[in-house]
Amino acid sequence: MIDVKGLTKHYGPITAIRDVSFSVAPGEIVGFLGPNGAGKSTTMRILSCFTPASSGTAKVAGYDVFAESMEVRKRIGYLPESVPLYADMRVGAYLDFVAEVKGLGRGARKKRVGEVMERCLIDDVQNRLIAKLSKGYRQRVGLAQAIISDPAVLILDEPTIGLDPRQITEIRALIKSLAGEHTVILSTHILPEVSMVCSGVIIINKGSIVAQGPIDSLVEQFFPTSRLHVQLAGPVAAVRTALGAIPGVVAVHDEPPAGDSTQAFVVESPRGRDVRSEVFHLAGQRKWDLLELRRVGMTLEEVFIRVVAGEETDGSAEAVREAAEVQA
Amino acid sequence: MKVWPIFKKEMRLYFTSPVAYVVLAIFLVIAGYFFSAIFSYFTMASMQAAMNPQMSRELSVTDSVMRPLFSNLSVILLLLIPIVTMRLFAEERRAGTIELLLTYPVRDGAVLIGKYLAALALYAIMLAFTLVYPALLLYFTRVEWGPLLTGYLGLLLMGATFLSVGLFASTLTENQIIASLITFGVLLIFWVIGWSAESVGGVWGRVLTDLSMLEHYDTFSKGVLDTKDVIYYVNFTLLGLFLTLRSLESRRWR
Repeated sequence: MIDVKGLTKHYGPITAIRDVSFSVAPGEIVGFLGPNGAGKSTTMRILSCFTPASSGTAKVAGYDVFAESMEVRKRIGYLPESVPLYADMRVGAYLDFVAEVKGLGRGARKKRVGEVMERCLIDDVQNRLIAKLSKGYRQRVGLAQAIISDPAVLILDEPTIGLDPRQITEIRALIKSLAGEHTVILSTHILPEVSMVCSGVIIINKGSIVAQGPIDSLVEQFFPTSRLHVQLAGPVAAVRTALGAIPGVVAVHDEPPAGDSTQAFVVESPRGRDVRSEVFHLAGQRKWDLLELRRVGMTLEEVFIRVVAGEETDGSAEAVREAAEVQA
Repeated sequence: MKVWPIFKKEMRLYFTSPVAYVVLAIFLVIAGYFFSAIFSYFTMASMQAAMNPQMSRELSVTDSVMRPLFSNLSVILLLLIPIVTMRLFAEERRAGTIELLLTYPVRDGAVLIGKYLAALALYAIMLAFTLVYPALLLYFTRVEWGPLLTGYLGLLLMGATFLSVGLFASTLTENQIIASLITFGVLLIFWVIGWSAESVGGVWGRVLTDLSMLEHYDTFSKGVLDTKDVIYYVNFTLLGLFLTLRSLESRRWR
């Protein structure tokens, strides 16, 4: 449904995106993930026919965004990051205008505007001026204008930003319900959101795609080992060596101590090789108290931190991790 | 072409924000003041003329009331038209709504025409209100229809030209004040450009006179309908609209 090949965009001397290629299958919801300034919005602007690419091609619903822009525009719904709306218009009148511009007939328009307002939970503010709406309502009006013509492809730039937790849940449910009949590409910084809503993910950093694919396979690809968090009350050096000696264990890392002073370790073993009982028996043999033993599930967040901070120093990796935690 | 929805949206925005009301009110207050001032001067003149039959032959309501009124109105327009047009693209750029508008399935040309026609409609409404003055004259006296009609046609054409300049200026910036200042500056230059014609003289003097918006309006207010002047305003308007379209399209290669 979306087919992007070798997309590059320069703004003067600055290269916003470089050689970006990906494709999205019909009915899929794909999360577009990246730190600020990574090129998410630029890519979305190109897909929505607002700015042309410097080189490369992008096809939406089989039409080229530059050469057949009108055909593409008929088939997309777009929500820019800043949610630009006409402040001096009333919600109902605004949606009616969008529906008319998008080619809905007079009769169909009234019905459709009503439906969409109900679906986006804004029918209670339909006679209010957009300028007087709260951020949450504006966001939903923005979403409503994107889906009003029932487009095949939805391009949503940070659709849940600035909403309260209950609204976020509602909007996520709404976006999820669009899957199947619509193809959705949405950008976000909120990592759990991607795991909750999207089937696939594209991670972009500094203008280039660093990882893409279904979430599970990405996690496997970046973390080929499964991990155990182990805390044994014993001499630190001896515990470390003993853990490393367990057959199948690939690596043992020290975990920064949290709360109590007992050193904790992360034990890596190949996927499918469970060493939990070995650790338990080890504790029994050596008479070390087993304080904690749990599996560490690797999430998209870890993947994100690893690929985004991959080429940077440890210090900035830490900063990215903190930023990700704050946003989550 | 989806001109109609754009037109409706712009008209709605003119009248839900105070812009249209303020422009209309100020225009009508000033126009009303000019009319009453000119008309009371005319009554004085006609009283003197009653004692001097020679003078009364030269006295015409259209010539001595409507003509000065028209030329005064055109000066007010010089100041008010930039206010009418400044919002059209500058505000869309500032608020970012242009990003949505230009990704809807509408051609740039349709957006442009829709906005232009909305501004023209507001201007036509402004002019329509001033029809009260000739109507008042008609109640008291005979009015010559010819100069009245060409006067209004001239005002309409000149305003259309002003609007196209304003529309173009509005695409250049996201600041409404800058857009209106550019419009005012350009219009003023084309207004006064003929003044230096005499000192320049020769072919260039002739060119300067021909470029002047004021000179071309003069014939209309005299009741003369000259194709040369109509073509001047129409061409100027088309040039303005063409530049606006190019300016809109420029984002495609930026």
